[in-house]
Amino acid sequence: MNPSMAGSLAEPDYLNHETTVRSWLLTRDHKRIGVMFLVLVIFALLLGGTFAMLLRIELLTPGPTIMGPMTYNRVFTLHGVTMVWLFMIPAIPSAFGNFVLPLMLGAKEVAFPRLNLASVYIYAAGAALTLFGMVWSGADTGWTFYTPYSTTSPTAVTPILLGVFIIGFSTIITGLNFITTTHTLRAPGMHWSRIPLFVWAIYGTSVIQVVATPVLAMVLVLVALERVAGVGIFDPTRGGDPVLFQHMFWFYSHPAVYIMVLPAMGVISEVVCAFSRKNIFGYRMIAASTFGIAFVGFFSWGHHMFVSGQSTFGSGIFGVLSMLVAIFTAIKIFNWVATMYGGAIDLKVPLLYVLGFIFLLTFGGMTGVAVATTSLDVHWHDTYFIVAHFHYIMVGSVLMAFLAALHYWWPKMFGRLFPERWAFVAACTIIFGFIVTFLPQFLLGNMGMPRRYYQYPSEMQWLNVLSTAGASLLAFGFGLIGIYLLWSLRYGKVSPASPWGSRGYEWFSASPPGPHNFREPPRFEREVHDYTVSEAPHVY
Amino acid sequence: MNEFFRQVLFLPEQASTFARDVDHLHYVILSTAMFMATLIFGLAGLFLIRYRRRSESQATRKVQTSLFWEVLFVGSPLTVFLAWFFIGYHDFVWMQTPPPEAMDVYVVAKQWMWKFTYPEGPNSIGVLRVPVGRPVRLLLTSRDVIHSFYVPAFRVKQDALPGAYTQTWFEVTRPGRYRVMCAEYCGLKHSEMWGEVVALSPEDYAAWLREQSAGPVALRDATPGAPERDEPLVPARLAMEYSAEAPHGELMTAERGTLAERGERVAAEKGCLRCHTVDGTAHIGPTWWGLYRREERLEGGGTVVADEAYLTESMMKPQVKQVEGYALVMPSFQGQLDAAEVAALIEYIRTLRGARRDDIRPGGPVYEPIDGR
Repeated sequence: MNPSMAGSLAEPDYLNHETTVRSWLLTRDHKRIGVMFLVLVIFALLLGGTFAMLLRIELLTPGPTIMGPMTYNRVFTLHGVTMVWLFMIPAIPSAFGNFVLPLMLGAKEVAFPRLNLASVYIYAAGAALTLFGMVWSGADTGWTFYTPYSTTSPTAVTPILLGVFIIGFSTIITGLNFITTTHTLRAPGMHWSRIPLFVWAIYGTSVIQVVATPVLAMVLVLVALERVAGVGIFDPTRGGDPVLFQHMFWFYSHPAVYIMVLPAMGVISEVVCAFSRKNIFGYRMIAASTFGIAFVGFFSWGHHMFVSGQSTFGSGIFGVLSMLVAIFTAIKIFNWVATMYGGAIDLKVPLLYVLGFIFLLTFGGMTGVAVATTSLDVHWHDTYFIVAHFHYIMVGSVLMAFLAALHYWWPKMFGRLFPERWAFVAACTIIFGFIVTFLPQFLLGNMGMPRRYYQYPSEMQWLNVLSTAGASLLAFGFGLIGIYLLWSLRYGKVSPASPWGSRGYEWFSASPPGPHNFREPPRFEREVHDYTVSEAPHVY
Repeated sequence: MNEFFRQVLFLPEQASTFARDVDHLHYVILSTAMFMATLIFGLAGLFLIRYRRRSESQATRKVQTSLFWEVLFVGSPLTVFLAWFFIGYHDFVWMQTPPPEAMDVYVVAKQWMWKFTYPEGPNSIGVLRVPVGRPVRLLLTSRDVIHSFYVPAFRVKQDALPGAYTQTWFEVTRPGRYRVMCAEYCGLKHSEMWGEVVALSPEDYAAWLREQSAGPVALRDATPGAPERDEPLVPARLAMEYSAEAPHGELMTAERGTLAERGERVAAEKGCLRCHTVDGTAHIGPTWWGLYRREERLEGGGTVVADEAYLTESMMKPQVKQVEGYALVMPSFQGQLDAAEVAALIEYIRTLRGARRDDIRPGGPVYEPIDGR
């Protein structure tokens, strides 16, 4: 037992220095807020996952299986809405960003602690309104809310629109908070060139959130107004333009893909260093490509609309710009693999998820290049190929990184170790299950199965059955993770301050950290993830 | 080679002039994707073994990147991606540009069916007949929400937008029947919105067209009030191999005349016009002229917009929302009108509007024909 851990045991940590319900609900501690977000997004993941499982069971047979078409349409909408807005967008920034970003910067708190608390409640309020809409009658528009279907559908689209609108504020606030924190609260020694890559990723994400989310908010309000008051912005019989919605929606929702993926990439950069025991290869390239993605991401929305009747020239421009996003992503992938070169690699569970991440991102990214190729997209647009592609790139990366982060920072957050062997089995199940679920969907798309299909031609059945089998594996893997993590909270081995031997700055604090993060102000005298010398762990 | 890749990738048959070229690029890109993913993953696996951790206190040397590697990392994929893009864009421009000699077919999408109208006159629901070896330009629009006309075997897809026309084209290379699907989510029966393209040899096509514009069928179209002949209708969906139990509810029928014209006949048969007028004059019931989307005052207060839902409700339960100033004399038509007849009646009522009358009447092309024809 090392002395620093004995010290941290004696002192109160952020979990036990106050234990009343009130102290949690009114906390301004970024760590507790991070934990609250973690609980909320995991709940959202379970909800969205349940919907996904229902969809997959329905698709076991070509015709009706367990539900009617209306129920199916609602379920896929709710699956999309829950996963995108309640899970993937807030998951990593709001939960792990809140927890580790101030620790990484050596700060006691985020810049606006009260606003940070507000963002939890705004998220919860938005989620509650969305859930209310689901229970009331559930939208059947798909998570994309395309007009004019969304403005004429008889289902409860409006509460869900408003719920998402409210969640948008939570996103904006969190983004503002992180930007300000990064600018103003860095500890001594933390130059811009030493900022951990996870912070860079969150910073880039925050910029997108602050710039793009208002556009989403605006368009959602317009759809709601159109539904309630019939203002005629998207209704052609009143002189409106239904395609206008798609432009405005994708102006947010395409960059939103990077809101989801960039923080995931940040996690990967941290984890790959920690378990390779290596400095990151090409620090500046990774940081710069983050902003490359953030910037170009704003100019590629039109690749969602190659067959919507937009100009052929416009499609060409959007196609080229989409290729650039792939380039920036490729830079990161090369650098992560290069980081492993010459390292001292320990294949622990978080690194296993990184490998899953790299595989899914590479394959998902390459199919993204394929879809950005205009002539091919005509066949693939709105088919299961697209479904498979965005599940690989968005879900694959967010899920893998979320699980990597969860396992990597679990000892930091709760001071306990999880059972490594069970976690290894679960990780293998999840990665394998994911591939079995979505690889057949690429082939279904090639065959021409459009997305959001309740019934499909019978020759497509066996691929759908395969996909459902994979989804069951995924569900099993998640169940396993849930069980051993809950178990470890109580019975897990008490973790040392830095269980992985990581040189990330966040491990300068105790695990779990005290209420004010550090006992004495930390100084960062070396670069992050510098493993050139063996160093005795120093906990500030 | 083509056939091998096509089957490995589960692509449908290549029945249009684009299909083969599009597929070739498809093979190249997907093989490269798989190759690269395997390569990168393999490299990671190699490092995993070669550089595995040997002791807990092992230090590593710092590896810095040189400009050469950075340029190589960025440059090589960029070159490859741009090359793909330009090949693809070349094909895309081809796919987006209908040749001047193409024949036109108007396509109206509607929840949940495809209607095809030929400038020569005939029209059909669900079945598009085209000659082989001749470019066909489709002019698409929608009556309600966005639909997307998708023929996997042709590698062709185009959204149909309400209030606007979009176009696409294809040239079928061999006779046969090809599945049409709706690819843009459009509501309850999105996954049932199927049709088919029947590609005929030029001679068969000419014969079909002749048959359509001659004889009693044409006569019936010319005089909408004439009784419908009791001939078996062609169920468009029977062509599909899809065989789940009672898959599509109501069978869509390939019948002659527009739905509105059918509605006009239904109105005459069922006696609607004894009480309702279609020209705006008052009678026993409210007039149908301009009724659609009109706000009606109700007996006992309140108003209602006469949309599809209200019109249907009034046919089935006339007593529920009775329009102010009219006696309750209308009987219920519950069980007397089937769904298709209700749809036809509503469609007919929709055409009885001042402002929209012209664009709803099947008056022929709205677009100018392409130059040079």
